[in-house]
Amino acid sequence: MEFVLEEIMSESIVLEVRNLTKHFKVGSSGKQVVHAVDNVSFRLAKGKTLGLVGESGCGKSSCARTIIRIYEPTSGRIILDGQDITELNQKALQPVRKKMQMIFQDPYASLNARMTVRDIIAEPLVAHHIVKKKDQANDWVYPMLERVGLTKEHANRYAHEFSGGQRQRVGIARALILQPDLVICDEPISALDVSIQAQVVNLLKDFQEEKGISYLFIAHDLSMVRYVSDDVGVMYLGQLVEICEADEIYKNPLHPYTKGLLGSIPIANPKLAREKEKSSIEGDIPSPINPPRGCRFHTRCPYARPVCSQEAPEMKEAGPGHMVACHLY
Amino acid sequence: MEPILQVENLKTSFFTSNGEVQAVRGVSFSVEKGDILGIVGESGSGKSVTSMSILKLLADTGKIKEGTILFEGQDLTKMGKAQMRKIRGEKIAMIFQDPMSSLNPLIPVGKQVAEMIKEHHPEKKKDELKREVLDLFSRVRIPEPEKRYNSYPHEFSGGMRQRVMIAMALGNKPDLLIADEPTTALDVTIQDQILKQLRGLQKEFGTSIIFITHDLGVVAELCTRVIVMYGGLVMEEARIDDIFEDPKHPYTLGLLASIPKLEQDKGQRLSPIPGSPPDMTNPPVGCPFAPRCPYARNICAAECPEFKEVGEGHRSRCWLLDPEAPSDHNPFR
Repeated sequence: MEFVLEEIMSESIVLEVRNLTKHFKVGSSGKQVVHAVDNVSFRLAKGKTLGLVGESGCGKSSCARTIIRIYEPTSGRIILDGQDITELNQKALQPVRKKMQMIFQDPYASLNARMTVRDIIAEPLVAHHIVKKKDQANDWVYPMLERVGLTKEHANRYAHEFSGGQRQRVGIARALILQPDLVICDEPISALDVSIQAQVVNLLKDFQEEKGISYLFIAHDLSMVRYVSDDVGVMYLGQLVEICEADEIYKNPLHPYTKGLLGSIPIANPKLAREKEKSSIEGDIPSPINPPRGCRFHTRCPYARPVCSQEAPEMKEAGPGHMVACHLY
Repeated sequence: MEPILQVENLKTSFFTSNGEVQAVRGVSFSVEKGDILGIVGESGSGKSVTSMSILKLLADTGKIKEGTILFEGQDLTKMGKAQMRKIRGEKIAMIFQDPMSSLNPLIPVGKQVAEMIKEHHPEKKKDELKREVLDLFSRVRIPEPEKRYNSYPHEFSGGMRQRVMIAMALGNKPDLLIADEPTTALDVTIQDQILKQLRGLQKEFGTSIIFITHDLGVVAELCTRVIVMYGGLVMEEARIDDIFEDPKHPYTLGLLASIPKLEQDKGQRLSPIPGSPPDMTNPPVGCPFAPRCPYARNICAAECPEFKEVGEGHRSRCWLLDPEAPSDHNPFR
């Protein structure tokens, strides 16, 4: 499955994922397989943001973790800055890791409770031999703290002394201190209060403008994803079902799953909410151990036809740069 | 119309080793029959403590210091444990955020729901209970209720578990349902299904609902009235349309500005509320929002404004609404 998004062809591609697949063996016999990520392909250009959305269990986080090689890919290729990193061993990966960093969902769980904020932010610098010891890292750490809206007085404090929003700032500082090319943001704002979410999103956007970082932004808050992303990919049961420019996907969703997902977003406007015709999705996401045959969405799809339960639809271009995997198009 | 619940000047504190945490500092509101009241606020605003105070389910360190909670004419704050047990689950039911930790993992879900009905109606026979539970399960649209009756909570998805909780809450046809962030842990698709169900059930049974959430979108879709809480106080109360079209508090304005609009221009930055919420062990003397308020004046930090009527069914707590407030740099003039 090869596809080309024309407008990004001319720009430099930071990350390319080709037919990425990750299966987990489960059960004592190891015969059952969780199809966490199946045949996912996309490209991410320098300084751009690709949003990945979908219900829990759709494989968006597994996809991110496979890209960053926390999980070993089952098949497919991961190409970072032109280098194929799919089969690099841990030692060869070491210099590559400097280029890709991750921001996690839970700022309470992802910061070491026994390290000071300075040590947390300095750790990547030590790991990559930029400084020898953490206490030599102040020249990097202090400006970074100020950059993320904290002060250098915060450096000697521990994570538990901070609010959720401040902790997430520490997480961002840790991810960005190495000036990576690619940052994977796995639900970076879901655990934060509404008024704090906007602070963190603005901070991420500022860094992107300044340093030209690319983000793979994973979230289930679709209105925020639209706001931060240049392109948006929709995943369902391990597969990418639709991907295109962010505004296009919201204005003109093609896949019935995308339509349903967008129809489920609560609108913060009571008049519109009463008027809107809701195309919601019935039922629950099926088990990824035994995904439905054919199109995986056909069990919940209001437009399903006989062919949908037989043949898996190929990803095809339904409009300029608008890729969708559905038999209707 | 006679309100079914009337909370007056409720003050609840937690007494911890770090001192008194004044979680709720004088909250008043009422719920009328058939109302769906939304309580909106950030973590630490006191919204959950308010609902826990109504049900008297506070942790051991928590205490209602002052105020009355009139439910159908009776003051809940004066009730003993045995009386409260009769009310909880029978007259007032509650749904929590995390259905997994609210269900017993060792008992089949059908039996758990049946037990709850039996607690209040010990005269009901086994067959009758089972029939009622199956009826509830199909009402909240749990597929194959007969088969699911004997399933354990871990065999259910998050959305299905929340349906079991709703079935349990509705088991005794309560007059008031308190839902504390019941959809926060769920996917938008499942959230949508649950909201639809709550709306339907409210229409069918006329149950009044208090819906606690931080999501203004959910409020817009579900509620008829809203109170906005901050720092243990109600900052604004209004009918649903008014809160979105004519907000009368800078905090509400800030909340509305921090969510991206569907048509938000990407080049335009979001306007977050700077800073973070106050520490409730030492709450500010003035308006709790003053340190983060872009319109704050000297008086705001010195003295807490009163909660005043600003329109029909619309009340707000802000010095900018005072008739003597200057009109420059004032969003309400």
